[in-house]
Amino acid sequence: MHSVPSVRTYVTVWAVLTFLTFATYYIAQIDLGPWNIVIALCIAFFKMSLVIFFFMNLKAESPLTKLFAAGGFFWMILLLGQFFVDYISRDWMPCGKMW
Amino acid sequence: MSTALQTPEVAETPNYLNSEYGWKSWLFTKDHKRIAVLYIISITVMFFIGGIFASLIRIELLTPQGDLVNSGTYNKFFTMHGIVMVFFFLIPSIPATLGNFFLPMQIGAKYLAFPRINLLSWYIYIAGAIFALAAIVLGGVDTGWTFYTPFSSTYSNTFVITAAVGVFIAGFSSILTGLNFIVTVHKMRAPGMTWGRLPLFVWANYATSLIQVLGTPVVAITLALVGLERAFHIGIFDPAIGGDPILFQHMFWFYSHPAVYIMILPGMGVISELVTCFSRKSIFGYPFVAASSLGIAIIGFLVWGHHMFVTGMSMYASLYFSLLTMLVAVPSAIKIFNWTATMFRGSISYDTPMLYAFGFIGLFTIGGLTGLFLATLGVDVHVTDTYFVVAHFHYVMVGGMVLAYLGGMHFWWPKITGRMYPEGWAKFAALLVFAGFNLTFFPQFITGYLGQPRRYHAYAPEFQVLNVMSTAGASVLGLGYIIPLIYFLWSMKYGPKAGNNPWNAKGLEWQTTSPPPTFNFEQTPIVTEDAYAYGSESAPEEAHHHD
Amino acid sequence: MTEPHSAVAEHAEHSPYLRHHFDSMEQQFDSATLGMWVFLLTEIMFFGGMFGAYTVYRSMYPAAFASTSMHMNPAFGAANTAVLIVSSLTMALAVRSARLGKQQALQMFLVLTMLFGIAFLVIKGFEYHEHWVDMKVPLFSGHWDYSNTPEFPHQAQYSHQAQILFCFYFFMTGFHALHMLVGVGLMTTILMMARHGIFSKDYFTPVEISGLYWHFVDIVWIFLFPLLYLIGNARKLI
Repeated sequence: MHSVPSVRTYVTVWAVLTFLTFATYYIAQIDLGPWNIVIALCIAFFKMSLVIFFFMNLKAESPLTKLFAAGGFFWMILLLGQFFVDYISRDWMPCGKMW
Repeated sequence: MSTALQTPEVAETPNYLNSEYGWKSWLFTKDHKRIAVLYIISITVMFFIGGIFASLIRIELLTPQGDLVNSGTYNKFFTMHGIVMVFFFLIPSIPATLGNFFLPMQIGAKYLAFPRINLLSWYIYIAGAIFALAAIVLGGVDTGWTFYTPFSSTYSNTFVITAAVGVFIAGFSSILTGLNFIVTVHKMRAPGMTWGRLPLFVWANYATSLIQVLGTPVVAITLALVGLERAFHIGIFDPAIGGDPILFQHMFWFYSHPAVYIMILPGMGVISELVTCFSRKSIFGYPFVAASSLGIAIIGFLVWGHHMFVTGMSMYASLYFSLLTMLVAVPSAIKIFNWTATMFRGSISYDTPMLYAFGFIGLFTIGGLTGLFLATLGVDVHVTDTYFVVAHFHYVMVGGMVLAYLGGMHFWWPKITGRMYPEGWAKFAALLVFAGFNLTFFPQFITGYLGQPRRYHAYAPEFQVLNVMSTAGASVLGLGYIIPLIYFLWSMKYGPKAGNNPWNAKGLEWQTTSPPPTFNFEQTPIVTEDAYAYGSESAPEEAHHHD
Repeated sequence: MTEPHSAVAEHAEHSPYLRHHFDSMEQQFDSATLGMWVFLLTEIMFFGGMFGAYTVYRSMYPAAFASTSMHMNPAFGAANTAVLIVSSLTMALAVRSARLGKQQALQMFLVLTMLFGIAFLVIKGFEYHEHWVDMKVPLFSGHWDYSNTPEFPHQAQYSHQAQILFCFYFFMTGFHALHMLVGVGLMTTILMMARHGIFSKDYFTPVEISGLYWHFVDIVWIFLFPLLYLIGNARKLI
């Protein structure tokens, strides 16, 4: 059915993931202010992409499957984003709330 | 139950009803058609239970004083009415019944993609229903079907967790149905059944399935959090320790607004089928109707804040949600225009399903337009939490959804059972439903606008006349529901046998026997024409069969 | 997507695992994998709801959040992350073995995956125990103590909000652990099936879709780890 990735590919991905885990751990010890969370999430996002594309073999899947995977992630962003449409804007004006 | 279906006349040709007998053949079936019948029975039971609570509400509201029951009990009435009707009738209704039965047939498939998961979804539904009924029997829930915190999580003394567990479980039933439909439509279409030839009923159910899959998990986690909060006595949504009740509402409505599109989209799919068949015309603007289903599904996730305009949400968020709510009306309106254009210069027959379709188009339009009133921030501040809102959603849910469900049941009844219902009684019941419905709910627009609040067991005396009209209408409406129950059951034994295609309709389901055989088609159909090729010839063109 | 599927397969020639409503093993496999991806989509939204609520509270109470993150043990979190990542490797190798029809390798990798999964749960158990001893479990009355200590002299003022944040910590990691448990159960079932010789090059669908589930649970943890354990840990209490 689909092509089978080699053992070498899997082990390489694993090594990168483990390295990134330690990287994210050590970077977190350094106080970079608001950048801490940005860097941590970027690393996490990259790790997730590695797991999805290689371990879950999304790379070899049909465009439809890729669309569903992307759609799920996008929908979670929609949820979070729209929550924050409210929470971020509450303090924009002195009477930012309706009541 | 199986004995009622073992009539010798129906057993002439082998079909899904007589292929096997006995309760095991029903309770362990993998046939999507039998599962659809199981669902029809279950949701009918839940519908009448929800209807009993509606009757109790309307009886209490005959008089301005709260004299039948006290306010706590009244709270339980409208809560149970809402929970049962929303989660156990409206959400599963068309997808689990007509969708389960006809979606595979309309795409030319033998089965759904995952037959055992389909059966599992019914069992999960039953488990959820048992919890909900347990909550009723144990003493009820009084939080409103919306479970607002911190009342539901901290201060209510009723069986919130039981009810929440029931809804949580029923959510999985919904998710599994949606998952099944999505994979089936992608992977199991017959040769020649391209996306552009799919019946609009299939498009509608597909869009519904997307919503089910994307939205239901969020209400699941929301109710789980409320349940955990109650169980552990911690106030994660309690302002007393810093919790935010608005956050609960955001999470709840993230699902519950798209949920109303889960309820209405399949109904719209049914109307597309009815309007084309009974106007003998192809649908006007097929791509637009198909795309509007997807449009409603997607935009429906961007509007939930319109339930929260007066809660303390930020004004900028309110503006955002108000604008998008106006936008979501557009695809719905597109459908109305297209159905109307379909009927224009069509050859209209006034069979019962078409009467329900007419009712739908008119009443859904009113309901939808009043939704725009509510989307307008300033107007909403005045009418929110009044009977105006109640009337709005009953116009779309009952005037829309329930009428579509009844229309679909009448349309497809000969296919499901092989029997025809009595047309005279059916037309009479349809008229009762229409008249009773309007008499029940139109006065509520007026009382709501004038200020009668919802969820109160008492009201100002000047509203009494309109409330009495509303209750009178509810009685007529109830009769309009009971009559079909009776003649449908009657028809299974005594109704005249229906042929394969009593309506001369297009659609692959009509190319097979009534009732259909277990594997739907003798041979896999090969599709060569568009979905609604009506009107070009007098006899329906048969789909060429694979030999 | 618009390609018609092949006609009904000849009865005598198909795999015994071809279900009759599918025309080919490929259609069955594709349907099963699409079905699992759609299911994972629902799981994304399930965890997403929790992430959303947690993020909102974090943004509302940054100081309280900073104080709670002082009580997390990043070493445990990092260890758990490493364990899960290895288990993902062994799971991927198990699926690979199944595709290639290598029965022994499949069983070995499945067992390893299960062991790592159980190791994750054991480490989690130690971690929860540490919180319990430390009186940081607001779920049970009598197990929440956020009073000022010499180590954390200013934390009492955040006690209420910290309760909420700790609740979310337990719920998020708790639901994740529950999913891990289900995953271990799934692996047990797949292992049993493998031992009965059910899988081959032509039929390994259950292994594939269980693998997808396992990797997804790993991904949830990949996000939980920084959000719960790392952010705020570098900051000093105000």
